[in-house]
Amino acid sequence: MKGRQDEQLSLPPDGRSLAEQPKWRQDFPIDWPEDHYVSRRDFTKFMVLTSFAFVIGQVWIALQNYFRTRRGDPAIRQIATADQVPIGGALTFEYPYPHDTCLLLRLNEQEFVAYSQKCTHLSCAVVPQLESNRLYCPCHEGAFDLASGAPTAGPPQRPLPRIKLEIYGDAIYASDVELRTT
Amino acid sequence: MPVPEQNEFFIDPNRCIGCQACVQACSECETHKGFSMIQLDYVDRAHSVQTAPVICMHCDSPTCAEVCPADAIKKTGDGVVQTARKPRCIACNNCVLACPFGVPKMKTDFKLMMKCDMCYDRTSEGLKPMCATVCPSQALFFGTRGEIEALRPRSVPISQFQFGEQRISTKVKIMLPRTGKAEYLDVTEAMDEKVTGKSISLNILDGMYSEAGAE
Repeated sequence: MKGRQDEQLSLPPDGRSLAEQPKWRQDFPIDWPEDHYVSRRDFTKFMVLTSFAFVIGQVWIALQNYFRTRRGDPAIRQIATADQVPIGGALTFEYPYPHDTCLLLRLNEQEFVAYSQKCTHLSCAVVPQLESNRLYCPCHEGAFDLASGAPTAGPPQRPLPRIKLEIYGDAIYASDVELRTT
Repeated sequence: MPVPEQNEFFIDPNRCIGCQACVQACSECETHKGFSMIQLDYVDRAHSVQTAPVICMHCDSPTCAEVCPADAIKKTGDGVVQTARKPRCIACNNCVLACPFGVPKMKTDFKLMMKCDMCYDRTSEGLKPMCATVCPSQALFFGTRGEIEALRPRSVPISQFQFGEQRISTKVKIMLPRTGKAEYLDVTEAMDEKVTGKSISLNILDGMYSEAGAE
């Protein structure tokens, strides 16, 4: 406070002290020292009100989380029959929702794998290259391992989402999407 | 860091030779390149080449800030009135019309009032304002009161100005003849007086001119 008393403060036109001035003049002082000064009470008020606003926000998020309808697991759906896919061949299907294009690949007589077709780098469509044992993304020369979906070349860092398959007799069902980070 | 207490700005319009060096120096400043915040006013252009430099007087209670509806003009703790703050200035021209000294300049292109801030970037670090460093006749002088008294023994600094019913005290001082014994400069009264050529007959200047004539 000692420093502030040394400052040369403007005198309002009516010549009375700042304490006797109307509220607007006290709120919008001309002088830097007055303008920059934050009283302890104002600071506390600000802190309490902002903290309160944050608490309300958190409660609101918690309530929304409690009451919102959940989407649930994707439904099991038949996507193909085994004879539709030749050995070393591929088939596209949409799972779990329309426009979520996936690839069904037949590695040999018994073994099927399925991955989302979206490259994990920038969502280009990957192309199966079974002869080189990889899924190839033409946008940035990315490549994924056929057996695991793990990235083997190019910019992608995460493996492709794997579609869980269930096989009952001749029919191939997609049952779940497995999002992976490593 | 505030302006050192001992250094003050003194204007001596009698000494102005109209060389425009201050105008050039001001417009070369990095903070407002190309625009000068100081101007030379012709006292009576029809009859005389006499000019007077006009810088912000840095009023103790700045009228420009009083009339600003946007709270854009602020005065520092050491008494320097700053240019309008860019985010707040609404280019309403109130300050331009209100300032009794005619200092604030409206830059319509920028929608911003700009004015002399006594080179706050320099003076707050102990340097002299640009105009005062280049003035060859020291009509613009930045230094201590002791220095100015030694340099101008026949002049006295005045910081009170009367405009009609408004008395203004300023941070910047104007040098007046000691013989005038004026406590303040009544600007509006002086404006009514007829000014012709060499025989400037401001009451306060009378003493000095008769003295000068006697020498």
